[in-house]
Amino acid sequence: MAALSLGVRAAIASFVILAVFLAFWHLGTQGTGPGAAMDPEYAKLMGVTAVTGQSAMPGPGQVGIKLWEHLINPFYDNGPNDKGIGIQLAYSLARVLAGYALAVAVALPLGFAIGMSPLIYRALDPFIQVLRPISPLAWMPLALYTIKDSGLSAIFVIFICSVWPMLLNTAFGVATVRREWLNVARTLEVGRFRLAFAVILPAAAPTIMTGMRISISIAWLVIVAAEMLVGGTGIGYFVWNEWNNLSITNVIIAILAIGMVGMALDQTLGRIARLVTYPE
Amino acid sequence: MSRDHARPLVRAESIAKIYHGKGGTTAVFEDLWFSVHEGEFVCLIGHSGCGKTTILNILAGLDRSDAGTVLAGGTEIDGPSLDRAVIFQSHALLPWLTVLGNIAFAVRSRRPGWRRDKVLDHCRQFIDLVGLNGAEDKKPAQLSGGMRQRVGIARALAIEPKMLLMDEPFSALDALTRGMLQEEVLRICRETHQTVFMITHDIDEAILLADRIILMSNGPGAVIAEIVENPLPRDRTRHDVHHHPLYYATRNHLLDFLVNRSRDLAGTRHIDPRHPPVVRPASDWPAPVQSIPARALGNRTAG
Ligand SMILES: Nc1ncnc2c1ncn2[C@@H]1O[C@H](COP(=O)(O)OP(=O)(O)OP(=O)(O)O)[C@@H](O)[C@H]1O
Ligand SMILES: [Mg+2]
Repeated sequence: MAALSLGVRAAIASFVILAVFLAFWHLGTQGTGPGAAMDPEYAKLMGVTAVTGQSAMPGPGQVGIKLWEHLINPFYDNGPNDKGIGIQLAYSLARVLAGYALAVAVALPLGFAIGMSPLIYRALDPFIQVLRPISPLAWMPLALYTIKDSGLSAIFVIFICSVWPMLLNTAFGVATVRREWLNVARTLEVGRFRLAFAVILPAAAPTIMTGMRISISIAWLVIVAAEMLVGGTGIGYFVWNEWNNLSITNVIIAILAIGMVGMALDQTLGRIARLVTYPE
Repeated sequence: MSRDHARPLVRAESIAKIYHGKGGTTAVFEDLWFSVHEGEFVCLIGHSGCGKTTILNILAGLDRSDAGTVLAGGTEIDGPSLDRAVIFQSHALLPWLTVLGNIAFAVRSRRPGWRRDKVLDHCRQFIDLVGLNGAEDKKPAQLSGGMRQRVGIARALAIEPKMLLMDEPFSALDALTRGMLQEEVLRICRETHQTVFMITHDIDEAILLADRIILMSNGPGAVIAEIVENPLPRDRTRHDVHHHPLYYATRNHLLDFLVNRSRDLAGTRHIDPRHPPVVRPASDWPAPVQSIPARALGNRTAG
């Protein structure tokens, strides 16, 4: 046992935890056999699950079968209320990436300006302080009213929620570039453009990437809620729709899918962050 | 000396640094005059906090004097220049660039028109000069302290500045590495006739490297108390410098200044700031032995 590396032992432990969880889940949803004697009228009212004593909560087996069905055919499209989970995730991802890209386009240059100029920092600080704590969903009615398009409104909400961490981290990273590196650049008479791109950007890149990573996580959290509100398409809408259909199995699968995609987004940015990080 | 006729490369005229704090204003130093001539190696010695780094930053153009001017080749310094390369105490390498990248960054600033391979050839030449072959593609974090400082030296020399400004470049290094780097700096400066202004608090370093040693009294209100001309021949080396008959006279003079006189001179009015006394230690000097702690003279009895 001692010969196994930490990674292998951790993997075994993770596997055991998963197995225990699945076992409890299975036992908890298995049902207790035929239900107690019940007034037939009442039993009819309660539906088959109550009569057989089986839980309304699907077990891991049911979820697994359904998951398999989704996996082999994720992109089917049977009209507005029945699309494959892959299509729904793609809608959500597209919105997140669009809003996020907008936020990057705004936050990086603005953050640079704030970080480099104490004047701009002081001028914008009150606005940032007030706007930042606003829940992104609070913007939704205003967005719907002004943009008049639910899809674009969702993108706007993603933009507004992911802009702050990027903006603040960029400004902080730029403002705290080590003085000696700036002095090196100054003694070499490096021009403003080269200073920004060859010194300040790489120096602040790890901090900026931290902000971008926080932003993508928040954006992915918010898109689910936003799509529940605006409806139509997307994984958030899918969850709400399946809840209305009382398909707990599909809700669970959607939850799993949201987690997986969120992890993938975070890991991707984590990779990029590692590329720009430098040891001092 | 013929120096008086040579045009100084850099001349500080009545420079000052004054801070305005809650408890009134404090002048770190005021009304300092000195010059550095072409091809000369000048060391600045003084206790911690007397304003040495401030002076170097003013010469570099990174900091501003609160009075007076600094002239470089007859024109006033109003900012950093590629003519005056700085070797920072903390090496200040860009950690995301390799050794070659750091030096190339400087060379590209100096020679924006050069093609890539010409830049890299030029860089390799200076990597060679400081003995860093084989480490071109390492990042600063992968280098030892001595190697980092070598990169800093190569970066400064690669832009072929008129003047080199060094702020205690070797103080963070172990004695062995320091000695080796001192020798290399000595060799390079002799080969290239490089003008150098260097801060140190190591007396032996100053005697080995400097042609002239500027002694600063303690701050606040620090003054240039004295300028010592190094009486040792210019071809001295680290190994034979101790054997020169004037070595101990010079060393004791500097030591006596640091241990005793620098303190008493703070804020003194007896020195003409434009013409601080220039001394040249001589063999018949009565070495101020009594005033020097025995510990500091260990070499003498041992040698
Ligand atoms: N913002 C400030 N306000 C007041 N005094 C300051 C300020 N910045 C620096 N000083 C003072 O300026 C003096 C000179 O600092 P400097 O770094 O030039 O000293 P130094 O001679 O290089 O010392 P060391 O040998 O330790 O490097 C110090 O005594 C310091 O207290
Ligand atoms: Mg200093």
